[in-house]
Amino acid sequence: MGVSGDSAVLYDNLQRTGGVDKQFLAAPVKSAVDKFQLLPEFLKVRGLVKQHLESFNYFIRTDIKKIVQANNHVASRFDPSVYIRYTDVWVGRPSEVVDGVTDSLSPQKCRLGDNTYAAPIFVNIEYCNGSDSRMMMKKEVVIGRMPIMLRSLSCVLHGKDEDELAKLGECPLDPGGYFVVKGNEKVILIQEQLSKNRIIIDSDKKGCIQASVMSSTAITKSKTIIRMEKEKIYLVLNAFTSKVPIMLVLKAMGMETDQEVVQMLGRDPQYATLLLPSIEECASIGVYTQQEALDFLEKKRKKSMSRFGKDDGALGVLRDIFIPNIPVRENNFYLKCVYVVVMMRRMMDAILNEDAMDDKDYVGNKRLELSGQLLALLFEDLFKSLNDMIKLTVDKSLSKASRTSRLDISQHILKDDIITKGLERSLSTGNWDVHRFRMHRRGITQIVTRLSFIGAFGSMTKISPQFEKSRKVSGPRALQPSQWGMLCPCDTPEGEACGLVKNLALMTHVTTDEEEGPIISLCYCLGVEDLYLLSGEELHSPDSFLVILNGLILGKHRTPQLFALGMRKLRRAGKVGDFVSIYVHEKQRCVYIASDGGRVCRPLVIADNGVSRIKHHHMKELKDGVRNFDSFLREGLLEYLDVNEENNALIALYEGEATYETTHIEIEPFTILGACAGLIPYPHHNQSPRNTYQCAMGKQAMGNIAHNQLCRMDTLIYLLVYPQRPLLTTRTIELIGYDKLGAGQNATVAVMSYSGYDIEDAIVMNKSSLDRGFGRCIVMKKMSAMYQKYDHVCDKIVSPRKSQHDSEILDNDGLASPGEIIRHLDIYLQKECPLDPKAKSHPSQIQYRTSKQTYKGAEGEPAVVDRVALCSDKNQNLIVKFMIRHTRRPEVGDKFSSRHGQKGVCGTIIQQEDFPFSERGICPDLIMNPHGFPSRMTVGKMIELLGSKAGVSCGKFHYGSAFGEPSGHAHKVEDISETLVKHGFCYNGKDFLYSGITGTPLQAYIFMGPIYYQKLKHMVLDKMHARGMGPRQLITRQPTEGRSRNGGLRVGEMERDCLIAYGTSNLIYERLMISSDPFEVQVCRECGLLGYINYKTKTRMCSTCKNGDNISAMKLPYACKLLFQELQSMNIVPRLQLADS
Amino acid sequence: MPKVPLWDLPELPQNHLPPHLQLQKTRVSCNNDAPTNTESIIYSGAYAAMGVDNSLRLGEFRKNFKVNVMKLNEEDMEFDLIGIDASIANAFRRILISELPTMAIEKVLVANSSSVVQDEVLAHRLGLIPIKVDPRLFEYMSENDVPNEKNTIVFKLHFKCERKSGERRTVYSHDLEWLPFGSEYVLRTENSSDSTSKPKTYTSFNSSQETLPEFSNNPISVTPGIIISKLGPGQEIELEAHAVKGVGKTHAKWSPVATAWYRMLSEVVLLQDIEDEDAQKLVNKCPVNVFDIEDMGKGVKRATVARPRDCTLCRECIREPGWEEKVALRRVKDHFIFTIESTGALPPEVLFTEAVKILEDKCERVITELS
Ligand code: SF4
Repeated sequence: MGVSGDSAVLYDNLQRTGGVDKQFLAAPVKSAVDKFQLLPEFLKVRGLVKQHLESFNYFIRTDIKKIVQANNHVASRFDPSVYIRYTDVWVGRPSEVVDGVTDSLSPQKCRLGDNTYAAPIFVNIEYCNGSDSRMMMKKEVVIGRMPIMLRSLSCVLHGKDEDELAKLGECPLDPGGYFVVKGNEKVILIQEQLSKNRIIIDSDKKGCIQASVMSSTAITKSKTIIRMEKEKIYLVLNAFTSKVPIMLVLKAMGMETDQEVVQMLGRDPQYATLLLPSIEECASIGVYTQQEALDFLEKKRKKSMSRFGKDDGALGVLRDIFIPNIPVRENNFYLKCVYVVVMMRRMMDAILNEDAMDDKDYVGNKRLELSGQLLALLFEDLFKSLNDMIKLTVDKSLSKASRTSRLDISQHILKDDIITKGLERSLSTGNWDVHRFRMHRRGITQIVTRLSFIGAFGSMTKISPQFEKSRKVSGPRALQPSQWGMLCPCDTPEGEACGLVKNLALMTHVTTDEEEGPIISLCYCLGVEDLYLLSGEELHSPDSFLVILNGLILGKHRTPQLFALGMRKLRRAGKVGDFVSIYVHEKQRCVYIASDGGRVCRPLVIADNGVSRIKHHHMKELKDGVRNFDSFLREGLLEYLDVNEENNALIALYEGEATYETTHIEIEPFTILGACAGLIPYPHHNQSPRNTYQCAMGKQAMGNIAHNQLCRMDTLIYLLVYPQRPLLTTRTIELIGYDKLGAGQNATVAVMSYSGYDIEDAIVMNKSSLDRGFGRCIVMKKMSAMYQKYDHVCDKIVSPRKSQHDSEILDNDGLASPGEIIRHLDIYLQKECPLDPKAKSHPSQIQYRTSKQTYKGAEGEPAVVDRVALCSDKNQNLIVKFMIRHTRRPEVGDKFSSRHGQKGVCGTIIQQEDFPFSERGICPDLIMNPHGFPSRMTVGKMIELLGSKAGVSCGKFHYGSAFGEPSGHAHKVEDISETLVKHGFCYNGKDFLYSGITGTPLQAYIFMGPIYYQKLKHMVLDKMHARGMGPRQLITRQPTEGRSRNGGLRVGEMERDCLIAYGTSNLIYERLMISSDPFEVQVCRECGLLGYINYKTKTRMCSTCKNGDNISAMKLPYACKLLFQELQSMNIVPRLQLADS
Repeated sequence: MPKVPLWDLPELPQNHLPPHLQLQKTRVSCNNDAPTNTESIIYSGAYAAMGVDNSLRLGEFRKNFKVNVMKLNEEDMEFDLIGIDASIANAFRRILISELPTMAIEKVLVANSSSVVQDEVLAHRLGLIPIKVDPRLFEYMSENDVPNEKNTIVFKLHFKCERKSGERRTVYSHDLEWLPFGSEYVLRTENSSDSTSKPKTYTSFNSSQETLPEFSNNPISVTPGIIISKLGPGQEIELEAHAVKGVGKTHAKWSPVATAWYRMLSEVVLLQDIEDEDAQKLVNKCPVNVFDIEDMGKGVKRATVARPRDCTLCRECIREPGWEEKVALRRVKDHFIFTIESTGALPPEVLFTEAVKILEDKCERVITELS
C-alpha cells in the first residue's frame, strides 16, 4: 500500500506544479542533436592556436598604435621646438633588405637561411628642427623590424590554401603561432598570471587577512595591499617606507569624518566594530584633517619616487601609485575612497566569514598573458628607449657649441637598430628584461619541439606557471574544478613542474582587450546608478548590487539579475563583444563585467529552459555549408562563457540530461581535453596518471613531423619510415590532423608471457616484423661549417687529393656529396684556412693550411649524407649545412610505448617461427607481458585492442573519443564484441594460439589484436657507452665525465660503500687510483710536505726542509696531490705522516 | 558418491585406454575459460599402468598417415596432415618459414636517386620484392665468392619522371629489368689504363644467364604490381639490384612463404540432444554456420553438427552459462589443416616437398652424428 500511496502523492505534486512542467513536457521529443560538426567549424574559424594568433593580431592592429600614440611626442630638453611627432604606425609585410633590394620573405626561407622572419615597422612622422624651421613630414619611415608570428594577419601564409602553402614550402597542417628567429622556431609560452586590477582577499605569511590589488594601467603598475594587523587596518604600498593606517589614507583623500567611512562601510555594526581600533589609532596619532594626513604621509614617503617628472608629494603618490587603475579627475578622490572602502568591506567579510576568502588558484582569478601582450611590453620599452636615444643624441648635438651641419632630427630614428635587435634578442634568448616595468623574466620563449607533430602542438598550448617550480605547495598543483573545459586535466608534466605547467583544452579561447567605453555607457543605459551620484550610505544598501567593470566600480543596480539578463541579451545580439562576461556574484552582492584580455573562455550551446537552441536543421545547414560557426554566434545559438560566468550557468553535459534550470549545453564533452590528451583512445577508461604519462610521451614519439619534413634543416629530426594512422582513432585525431601525420604503427600485440625477457614492461619483438619495416626510423643530424671571412683573406674551397682514402666521399669542392655513405671518422668537409688571418700580403703569398672536419658517429653504423645546403649568414660568410641521415631498425633496448602511458623497452627479438600463431596464421608483431595491466589499470588499452581488432576485421576505422559512448563518438564494447563475433573471433578478443616452439596449442586463450605503438626517441644507439682508456681532465687528471666526452664510468660513493662492505680493498684501490689518476709524489718524512725530484742532479729534495734526506716516494691520486697544493695555497698545511707497512 | 571398496571396483580393461583418457590423449578440449589437454603425450610408457604401449610404431604410422590436399593453386595450398604429431607438423612449418632458400635482392647499387624515398628505404623495399625464380638453380654466395652467374641475379631499374609531364609517376616492381649478362656498372679501379681488357664490373659473369636452359625463353621476373616509389616531375631513379640466395632465418625477405601455418581439425560434439528452440538458438549463435537443424519428424527439431571443420573457435556457442554442458568444442591432436601461402618463387606444393627434404637431411645428419 505504501507504494501506491507514495505514487499518489507524487501524482498530486505533479498536478499542482503542473503549470510549468506541462509546458516543459509538451516540448517536442528531443533526439540529441549531434553538435560535433561544430568543432571542425570552430577550428576552421579559429584555428588550433587561435589564442596566439588573436593576441598577436591585436598587438599588430591595435596595441602598437596605442603604444606609439601614448609616446608620440619626442622633443629636445633644451629646445622644445626640436621635436618629432609620430602620427601613425603600422607593420608591413615580411621582407628583407639585402644590398638595398627589398626581398619578400617566407618562413621556410628564414628557417633554412638562419634569418629572422620579420617585417618592417613603418611610422609617419612630423618633425621640426628648431623654431626657425618649418614643420616637416616624412612617410613610411622604418623604425625597426618586428618578428612576425606565422599565420598571423601580417604573415605571408595568412589565408593561403594548401597548394599555395606547399609552394612556399610550408606544411598545411602546421598550426603557426610561433616566430622564426635566426632560423630557430621560437614560441612565446603562454604566461599565467593573477588577474590585474581585481581585489583579491587572502592571508599573508603571518596569517593576517589582506586585500590586495595588482594595478596595471598604461602608465603604471603597482601593488596595493590593505592588511588587518593586530585588529588595525593598514595600507602597505611600495611608495611608503612603512605601513600606513588606512584611516589616515582616507583622510588624506578627503574623507575627513569617521562617520562617512562607517556609513560607507554599511549599516551593519559588525563592520563598525572592526573598524573602531583603526579609528582610535588615527585619533591617537592626532591626525584630523586632510592636510595633517597629507603631511604625515609626506614624512613616510620614499623620496626617490620622482619617476613622473613632476612631484606632487603625498597627494601625487595617492593619485598615481595608490590603486592607479581608479581614475582621479581633478583631484576628486571620491572614487578611490569608495574603492578603498569596498576593499575594506570585502576584507572584513573574510574576517567574519572564512569562506569569503578568494582562491588564488581559481582559474577565474587568473589571466593568461599571450605573445601579443608580452611583445607589446617589450616593444613599448624599446620604443621608449629609442625615443630616449633620439632625445639624448639631439641634446648632445644641441649642447655642442659649434655645430658643423644642420641638425636633422628625423635622421636619428634610423641610426640604431634598438627595436630590431631588442626584439630579436629577447625572442631568441627568452629573457624579458624590461627595466621600465621592473620585469626580469627568463624562459619566456622556447624552441618549438619538432620531435613530433604533436610535440609542436604541445609547445603552442603550454602555459608556463607564475610560481617558481621549487615551491612545495600542493594548492596550485592540484586540479581545479574551474579548469573544466578550459585547461586540459591530463596534460601536465611529471616531476617538479607537475600541475604548474598546464595546457589549453581543445576549444579554449583566450580573450584580448576590448574597449570599455561602449560597455560603460551601455551599463548606464541599462539602469546602473552612477557612483558619483550615490552617497556613502546608499552604496551598500541591502536592495542593490554593485556593478564592477574590469575592477572599476561603475555604480549600483537594484535589479541585478535583470541587468545581467539584459547585458547578456545584448551580447548575444552582438551589441557588445562576444567575449564580454557578465557574472552576478550573489555573495559579494556584485555584478562583475569583464572585458579585459587574458581570460579563458569557451563556446557553449545556449539552452532556453533546458531546450537546446541548436536544432537538427541548424546542423543540417551547417553541413550544407549555408552556415558557419560565426553565424551560430551571431544568431545567439552559441556563446562564449568565461570561468566566472560559468558560475551563473547550469551546463548540461548532454542534451538529454538537460533539466528545466539548464542554461547551457556542452558542445562535446571530449573538448575538455587538450590536443595531446585527445590522441588517447578511451581515456575515460584509464587510470588518470596514465593519460598524463601518455601526454608526455606523445611528444617524444617518432613519426611524421610535418609535410615539409624532408625540406627542413633542424638540428635533429626523428622520422619513422612507415608511419601509420591509428586503427582506433578519436575525433580529436581527425581534427588536428594526426591521422595525416601519424607517429606510430599498428602492431599486432599478444598479451602473454614469453621467454622471460619481458619482465618489467619489456616487450618481445618479432624479428620478421622488424625485417619488414616495423619500427624502422630515420635520424637526421645537422652539421654545419663556415667558411670564415677575415679582413683581407678568407677560407678557400679546395679540391681534395683523391688518394686520401678517408676523403673518398668528398666532391671537388671539398664537401661531401649528397647520397654518399659516411662512416665514423670520415671527412665531410675539407677547406684551406689562411695561416695568418690578419695577413695583408698579396693573395698569391698567403699561406694556407688544410683543415678538415670529420664525422663522429657510432662505429660500424654507416650513415648517409642526405643533403648539403649552402647559405650565407649576416656577415656574408658562407655557411655549409650537412644533414646526415641514419636509418635504424629497432634493437634490444629501444623504447616503445602504446598510447596509454605503457612504455617499455624491447627486451629481446625473436624469430617469427618461434612466435605463437593463431588459427588464421596471424603471428603477433610484439608480445607484451600481462603484468602490465593490473597495476596500471589501463582498461582503455584493452578496449583499443578490441576496437582495432574489430576495425581490421570489418574494414572500418573505429572511434574511441573521450566520453564518446553516449554521443556515438566512441564505439561501445558490446558493439565491438558483436563485430568480432560476426567475423569469427571470440567476443572477448582472446584467440586460440599455437606455440611456435612446440607446435601444440597454448594452455590459455591469448588476448591478441592490433594496438597503436609509438617508437620513442630514446634509443640504445644514442645512449650506450663504455670505455677503457680514454681522455682525462686537464686539472685533476681524472677521467672525463659523460658520454659525449667519452668519459669513464664513475665508482660513486654507494659503489664504494659496497666494495668496502664486501672487503675488496684492492679493488677499491685499483678503481679509485690505478685506473683513475695515479701519480708518484715525493714526500718528506720530516715535514710531511711534498718534495720534488731534481732531474738534473737526479736528487730528491724537500723544498720546505731544503734537503733531500728524508724523502720517500709514494703513489697518490693526482686529485689528492692537487688538493694538498690547493690547501697550501690557502694557508692550510696538510701533512702526510708516513709509516712502514 | 557411495564409498566402494577398492577390490569391488571393476577390472580395468587391459590393452586399451578408458574413454576419458583416450579423449585426453587425442583431443584438445577447448573450454570456455582455457583449452586443456593441449600437450601431446609422447612418452612411450605414459600408459604402462594400463598396459597400453604409447610408443610410436612405424608400421602403424604408415598405415594411419594420410595427406589430403583440399585446395591448391599457384600461390596457396591447403591440405590435411592426418596421423602425425604436432612437433613434426610444426617442424615443417618452421622450415617453411625460415629455412627454405629463395633469391632476394641483397645489394643495391644506386647510381642516381632523386626520389623522396631514401636510398636505404628504397633498398629495403626492393629487398622485400619476391623474385620468381627457382632458388635451386643457384648457389649460396659466401663471403669470399665473387658474384657470378651461378649465385647472383642482377636487375636494373631506370625510371624517370619527365619534368614536362607535370604528373607524378609510380615505380612498380615490374619496372625492374633482368640483366642476364650481369652488372653494367664499371668498377672503379686504380689502373684503368689498360683499356684493352673488358672493363671490370661489379659482377663477373662468365656467361649470360640466358644461355642456361631454364631461363632461355623464360626470363627471370619479380612479382609485378608492387609499388616501389613515386616520382615527382624531374625525379629519377637509376639503380642496379643484385639478388642472392639466402634463408628466412637471416632476413624475412628470403622467406619463401608469406606465411605457413596449421590448425588442428575442430570437432564439435553435442553432449546432449538439443531440440526445438534451443536448436534454433544454437544455429543462430554460430557465425560460421557449423550447426544445422535436422527434422526428426513429429515437429521435433534437433541440432546437428554439419560443418565442424569451419569452426573458428569463437566459443560463441558455449558462451552463455549452461551451454558448456551441451556442446563440447574439441581439437583433434593429430589432424592438421596445413596452409601454405607462397610468395611466388616456388609453387606451394614444391615448397612443402622441399621442406620435407630438409627435415630428412636434418634427421640424417642427426643419425650420422649419433652413429
Ligand atoms: S565455437 Fe564458434 S564457430 Fe565454433 S561452433 Fe561454436 S559458435 Fe560456431
